[in-house]
Amino acid sequence: MFKTQKEEKQIRSRHILSLLMENETGALSRVSGLFSQRGYNIESLTVAPTDDPTLSRMTLVTKGNDASVEQIVKQLNKLIDIVKVMELSDYSHIEREIMFVKVAATNMESCASIKRMADIFRANVIDVKNKMYTIEITGRPDKLDGFLETMEEHKIIEVVRSGAMGITRGSNALKV
Amino acid sequence: MKLSGAEIFIECLKAENVDTIFGYPGGAVLFLYDELYKAEARGDIRHILARHEQGAVHGAEGYAKSTDKPGVAIVTSGPGATNAVTGIADAYMDSVPLVVITGQVPLGLIGKDSFQEIDIVGITRPCVKHNFLVTSIEDIAPTMKKAFHIAMSGRPGPVLVDIPKDLTNPDVDKIEFNYPKELKMRSYQPTIKGNKKQIRTALKMIAEAKKPILYAGGGVVSAKAHKELTEFGQAFNFPVTNTLMGLGTYPSNDKQYIGMLGMHGTFEANRTMHHADLIICIGARFDDRVTGDLNKFSPNAKVIHIDIDPASISKNINAHNPIVGDVKEVLNSLFDIMKEEKIKPNKSAFDAWWKEIKEWQSVNCLAYDQDDKIIKAQYVVEKLWEVTNGDSYVASDVGQHQMFAAQYYKFNKPNRWINSGGLGTMGFGLPAAMGVQLAHPEEVVSVVTGDGSIQMCIQELGTCKQYDLPLNIINLNNGYLGMVRQWQEFFYEERYAMTYNQSLPDFVKLAEAYGHVGARIEKPADVEGALREAIKDTKRLHFLDFVVEEQGNVYPMIPAGYGHNEMYLNKQDAIDDMNGKK
Ligand SMILES: Cc1ncc(C[n+]2csc(CCOP(=O)(O)OP(=O)(O)O)c2C)c(N)n1
Repeated sequence: MFKTQKEEKQIRSRHILSLLMENETGALSRVSGLFSQRGYNIESLTVAPTDDPTLSRMTLVTKGNDASVEQIVKQLNKLIDIVKVMELSDYSHIEREIMFVKVAATNMESCASIKRMADIFRANVIDVKNKMYTIEITGRPDKLDGFLETMEEHKIIEVVRSGAMGITRGSNALKV
Repeated sequence: MKLSGAEIFIECLKAENVDTIFGYPGGAVLFLYDELYKAEARGDIRHILARHEQGAVHGAEGYAKSTDKPGVAIVTSGPGATNAVTGIADAYMDSVPLVVITGQVPLGLIGKDSFQEIDIVGITRPCVKHNFLVTSIEDIAPTMKKAFHIAMSGRPGPVLVDIPKDLTNPDVDKIEFNYPKELKMRSYQPTIKGNKKQIRTALKMIAEAKKPILYAGGGVVSAKAHKELTEFGQAFNFPVTNTLMGLGTYPSNDKQYIGMLGMHGTFEANRTMHHADLIICIGARFDDRVTGDLNKFSPNAKVIHIDIDPASISKNINAHNPIVGDVKEVLNSLFDIMKEEKIKPNKSAFDAWWKEIKEWQSVNCLAYDQDDKIIKAQYVVEKLWEVTNGDSYVASDVGQHQMFAAQYYKFNKPNRWINSGGLGTMGFGLPAAMGVQLAHPEEVVSVVTGDGSIQMCIQELGTCKQYDLPLNIINLNNGYLGMVRQWQEFFYEERYAMTYNQSLPDFVKLAEAYGHVGARIEKPADVEGALREAIKDTKRLHFLDFVVEEQGNVYPMIPAGYGHNEMYLNKQDAIDDMNGKK
């Protein structure tokens, strides 16, 4: 929601939402449109069909205070194409993001340092060509942030992040 | 037998018992119109030709708002569709059940900037309950079924169905027609029944309250729950206020009715709201025109909020007890629980509260002086109410006249007050009234409008002539865009930027040019007679151009950002406030 200055100071924490929606054309723009119309922010959004091809699963990360996130969940539920919404952050859950980073190694020393860092972060070097290292790394978004920081001493050419996706632990599940 | 897409479309309308459809033809809907032509000849469906697509959609809204049926409109692609957008947005804001069919260019031309191609599904996405682009002839019937279901159920709203031209062409394809009987949508299941535990809690909160207020809105109209609302209010002896959209859901001649609340609500309704310790909100949504500054709103109240739309609850004002459900269902299960638990309300529980309220009522905030020279707009509305015994359908436009109509026409029944509350659409009144008159040919239908608003859809006078709609148009002609001028007077040091309506037409001649009866009324003594004459004539439309006070204002008024205890009751309050700020 667009905020007055006073409200801006209230705590806005990170919330991760999981959505099941009809795999219909336009469903994605209804969700993204809702966020822009109502002034909610989207930190990341990923979507793909599930094992049931008529359903898509979306993971959406947003920031807001509890009341505004409650309102977001209600507004999402109101969209006709949305089948279910779950606030993952309310449950014990697992969250992962995948990232590709392309870095340029300037000398032998930096080649070694890139590989060492990749090992420490359990990342994989998936391509090397003309001193360009392409690294794949999976983990919680803050881990990816950490890895990017260590790469800053090299020349980062390109970064591709998938956005977070999540799933609950144990018997809780988001399904129809 | 195999049917074309256009024939299927007609069969869908028949299956939904649609007898009237508003629209305007064009290239992309030619096949549909060809079948509408035949359907009309068979006496199945009547098509009303508006003079502008906005008029067609407002017409469908008026039809829907005054009945328990959905409004249906059909327009062509491109400009036809964009012209319809204001009406669609209006229906969205006021939860009016509409099905709007737009023609689209043939499937193969979509995405190529073809002639009269526009992505109307994209344009209307933020202002529909739902919309569809149909992409195969097989999908026409199921989509129409869904469209009517979604428009009418839960919190009602407009649904748009965009149909590419080739799907309706008999030379392209024909299929067997099957209208789905049942519809199950896993992604759409509105909650109808209220949670019993919450309802019990509500009864406890009521038992503990000393200063309750019952605040009811348009949701009560949609749910047809006016009887239940009245029974509930009377059983507990609550003071009752209505929102602009809810007028008529509680009889305004009842002694517990304290008038409309909000920006131009009564002094007593706003004070009662401000000092309440319990707000029972039914089918209303704490709109900013109702609450004023949220930080100052009813500081000591607990809130019970009953609404079918969970997203309306705790959006602006936090609800201590949210009850999601159809308000009629919820009130009926509340009555059941009262019977089960033998709850007998103590009728004198709020006597002290009523004493306070009576004090506020004694201010008589709607009083005005009518001299024998210049007609007051308030006086015209009050006379209209008298002359029609409070029983006319009243459609209004947007501005001061709308507020005067809401304040001085005292509705005792729901569905009679037809206005654009959420979007505030000037131009709504006349076409909406056409829809009402078409739905109720024997009833008196009046339009309360202003010299600015009436010109926004004036072309519909042609439609009224074609279908012999004997509306009474009450033009409260102050020569200004009065409501905006009022704000300029109060908050912009009387710089009347673009609010003087220069070069007004001669409305009498204009009405006559369209084949109607026109009259200009300049003296207070002539008001009643002119109204009587118009209402007596059930055959012809009368356009009554009342020359009213030029710079009259609507009081009471809560300026934007003020609290309910900071109202202007008259010009002096406004002046004092402005001097205070200097
Ligand atoms: C389509 C549209 N444009 C602009 C406005 C802003 N607006 C609100 S009230 C008003 C003045 C209406 O004037 P008039 O119809 O003469 O009524 P009065 O207030 O004088 O009774 C205007 C311009 C609006 N509500 N709708």
